Amino acid sequence: MTQHRSGPEQARPLANVETTQAEAGGASTDGSAPLVEVEHLKVFFPIKSGLFFDREVARVHAVNDVTLSIAEGETMGLVGESGCGKTTISRAIMRLVDSTEGAIRFRGQDVTHAGRRRMEPLRREMQMVFQDPFASLNPRKRVGQIIGLPLRLHGSERKEIEPQVRELLARVGLHKEHVNRFPHEFSGGQRQRIGVARALALEPRLIVLDEPVSALDVSVQAQIINLLDDLQDDFKLTYLFVAHDLSVVRHVSDRIAVMYLGKLMEVSPAEELYTKPIHPYTSALLSAIPIPDPEENRRRERMVVSGEPPNPINPPSGCVFHTRCPRATDVCRTVEPPLARYPNGHLAACHHPMNVSPEEVKATEKDRTSPLSAGDELPAASGANGSGLGDGH
Amino acid sequence: MATDPLADQAALQGREAWEQEAERERAHGVGPWRLALRRLRRNKVALAFGLLFVLLVACCVAAPLWADRVAHTGPNENHLSDTIRVGGETKNVVGLDGIPIGPTWRGEFFLGADSNGRDIMVRLLYGGRNSLLVGISAALITTILSIVLGLIAGYSHGASDAAVSSLLDILWSFPVVILGVALGVALALDGVDIGPFSVSEDSLLIPIFVIAIAYVPYMARPLRGQVLSLREREFVEAARAQGAGPLRIMFTEVLPSLTSTILVFSTLLIANAVLLEAALSFLGAGIRPPNPSWGTMIDDGVDRISTAPHLAIVPGAMLVLTVLSLNVLGDGVRDALDPRANVRLEH
Amino acid sequence: MRRFIVRRLIQMVLVMFAVSVLVFLIFNVIPNGDPAVRMAGRQPTETQIEAIRKEWGFDENIVVQYTTTMKKVFTGDLKSYFTQLPVDEEIKKGLPRTLSLAIGAAILWMVVAICFGLYSAVQAGRFADRFLTIIALIGISLPVFWIGALLNHYLGFKLGWFPNGGYVEFTKDPVDWFYHLILPWTTLAILFIGFYSRVLRSNVLDTINEDYVRTARAKGLSERRVMVRHVLRTSMIPIVTLWGLDFGAVVAGGAVLTETVFDLQGVGQYAAEAIGQLDVPPVLATTMFAAFFIVVVNAIVDILYAYLDPRIRPQ
Repeated sequence: MTQHRSGPEQARPLANVETTQAEAGGASTDGSAPLVEVEHLKVFFPIKSGLFFDREVARVHAVNDVTLSIAEGETMGLVGESGCGKTTISRAIMRLVDSTEGAIRFRGQDVTHAGRRRMEPLRREMQMVFQDPFASLNPRKRVGQIIGLPLRLHGSERKEIEPQVRELLARVGLHKEHVNRFPHEFSGGQRQRIGVARALALEPRLIVLDEPVSALDVSVQAQIINLLDDLQDDFKLTYLFVAHDLSVVRHVSDRIAVMYLGKLMEVSPAEELYTKPIHPYTSALLSAIPIPDPEENRRRERMVVSGEPPNPINPPSGCVFHTRCPRATDVCRTVEPPLARYPNGHLAACHHPMNVSPEEVKATEKDRTSPLSAGDELPAASGANGSGLGDGH
Repeated sequence: MATDPLADQAALQGREAWEQEAERERAHGVGPWRLALRRLRRNKVALAFGLLFVLLVACCVAAPLWADRVAHTGPNENHLSDTIRVGGETKNVVGLDGIPIGPTWRGEFFLGADSNGRDIMVRLLYGGRNSLLVGISAALITTILSIVLGLIAGYSHGASDAAVSSLLDILWSFPVVILGVALGVALALDGVDIGPFSVSEDSLLIPIFVIAIAYVPYMARPLRGQVLSLREREFVEAARAQGAGPLRIMFTEVLPSLTSTILVFSTLLIANAVLLEAALSFLGAGIRPPNPSWGTMIDDGVDRISTAPHLAIVPGAMLVLTVLSLNVLGDGVRDALDPRANVRLEH
Repeated sequence: MRRFIVRRLIQMVLVMFAVSVLVFLIFNVIPNGDPAVRMAGRQPTETQIEAIRKEWGFDENIVVQYTTTMKKVFTGDLKSYFTQLPVDEEIKKGLPRTLSLAIGAAILWMVVAICFGLYSAVQAGRFADRFLTIIALIGISLPVFWIGALLNHYLGFKLGWFPNGGYVEFTKDPVDWFYHLILPWTTLAILFIGFYSRVLRSNVLDTINEDYVRTARAKGLSERRVMVRHVLRTSMIPIVTLWGLDFGAVVAGGAVLTETVFDLQGVGQYAAEAIGQLDVPPVLATTMFAAFFIVVVNAIVDILYAYLDPRIRPQ
């Protein structure tokens, strides 16, 4: 938050972006510019300490060179363990947190350091749904006031707001008459619906959902996800869906990005991630999803990682996952793998990718979204296709 | 069995009314204030003392009425050489030995006279006016200042917080009595003359200001702490995400959550302010004689406690009753706003 | 930890400097009128005023005034123009008396408050609790100077159970010293007992429902063991810090009222009498020292707290 350097990385022609989009096979129908993109984004939080005045003594590398773009109408799932940086990216895009390096663009406009005034018109177009249904609604306000706040902030008259709010309540599956109730009178799932209604109030283009169902019971989770799915069609929304659970994002996402310790591990079209995970970390995440049938659960081969995620203040050298990866070798410890492009717009950053044929490995190229620190060392053909684990469900 | 149609109807109305109320609540929602009010209503003790406080204030406000109609004398009028008839006898208001008359329980000199022959009851009521005026005004000023300072310090990062916190820390270093005394003495000699403000040394504004400043840290620091934690809550983040500016967030999102603290604190603050005023006046650094205040009356009384104890007992008792009723009320309000299941002074 | 201590001490010095500036402002700058006249007390002569003006530097700029004032205060060059006695001597004389009062009262209120608070918490909701709460509420509503005067008059003067005010040096007669201080200690303690017993009660009630206490009970520890070792320990931490702060406040000034009523001739009474005479130099000096004392005690309390509670020790 202390250094704002815009480097030469910013000036990328839009043409490249379009190509990537087409290759990615995302839901973008007309190949238009992405709705929102981040480019080589870094968000570091300083740790201050000192005798008189606080000096920065270390930094938390929350987001460490991530490039992503989301096309209009698409749903991008962003998955990872706690501390991987996915929440920080969502906050950075919403400009709730300052980024340290790199660029954030909304509809082609650079908003990386946009202040409140510049962001004001854009706030109509991007809204957020928060994780905690109990903390994200002001307990002292009535539901109608909560949902109506964005409308009031952007100039609507009180008379117009009331019917709109009721309509929104109905849209998310609640009763219109409850507009005067307080949050504590609703269940967790209902409160999350209120959060969604609030996000919809200004009819935004983009909704960033930060683990919207993590705090809910499993049965309720499905309901909310279905609601979000329906709303996306009706309102023509674009979603950035942040979650730590791969099973949750499977059905809503068009593409999924997997993060670890501030870096992208894998980006893939949704279904392919589950059938053909390339990065060992993805494979491990999939193995962790419990399968209801105990026999099948026992039968499948699982990729198990050891240990705890390392400290983001001092990320490991080379591939950030090497300390826990069962497939790690010397090169993994010293050289950071670039994001390599595999068929079908599937990207992975690994020296020993899984579930790929030697031909595919030979044909890879370094993707333009690869972190600048990663260099050019692509995986060797022999190192690929180890134990083909990772068939999730 | 014969039924009483009127009673039935009343019962029915009762139930209907109750149902209507319930229906209204279902639709309208039961907010935290409604719930708190309900709890408070159940706390008879707190309500009783609250009522007591209101009565005391009313009596003091009615001081001129008493003075004109009943006692026929003012608070500063000496009756050193007067005599009155009590129980058939004629007595000196102030005896030849300097001992003033005790309570007569009649219109004039209801509670007796002080060493200057002044009617204690009248002085009590007028003194109450002064003491309560100073106490309540000071509490009000402290509350407003604390809200502003607490919001600024808690919500903004960096410089503003550091500045305000340092100021509060410095004020906090002065024990309330000492600070009050220092300011009282300093300002009592010739008043204040800063820029457009000019206050004479006699003015009540000086003790009000002194007491208000002395208590600011006691309220501003807890408020700041609360604001600091509220700032991190997700609903504040949500408001920022929607484009609300810091001022708007401070007043419409953060402030409502502070109101219960503010309410409880200000009640207790009035109690403490009244006590502090009495202490300062007792020492001579508050309300200046001959203006009556409970503090100055106690001061007079303590000097003559061996000969005329009623001089000290009466104003002290009044003071204690007032402060006690505020404390009990404040306690009840705190319980009503933040109940813990097994802990209540309920009846 | 060491870094924290150093930092805290530096902060302490800075606050003391700020305090001295504030005191200076309060006495010499903010009020209306001529500071030299103010200093001189009642009915000064023209020559006196002129002499004071020279001595304090009131005819020079504000920085010089500040340094002169500070020099006078700290080198003991301060004299009361009313009594003609040097201020620092009087303060030194009064200090042991004030400390006797403060320390005794502090111990008394702490012990009683712990008993009341703990008992009240354990009996929460029942009659004993309600009764003690009322007592506590009455306690914090009593003006110290009033109840002190009444106690002194009725128990001391009228009934003769206690001496009628005054102070006896500890070195002269410890028993009599103690005897004379009983009423003042009680008077001063009443207010704090009321306050602290309620704070403790509230803290204990908070901790008593915590999971780790339930675990201790489940482990089979006796109720008393659970209470003392687990519950009381945690509830006490904030109390101890408050106690430290209040002790500083009492020594520094809260005792003013009690000393005056019981005629203990401590620092507080010295200040009170000066106030009554609108005699500025003693009030200036005692205010300064009072505030300094509190700042130092605050710093010590903070450091102790950090030492006791590992959670808030900054890394």
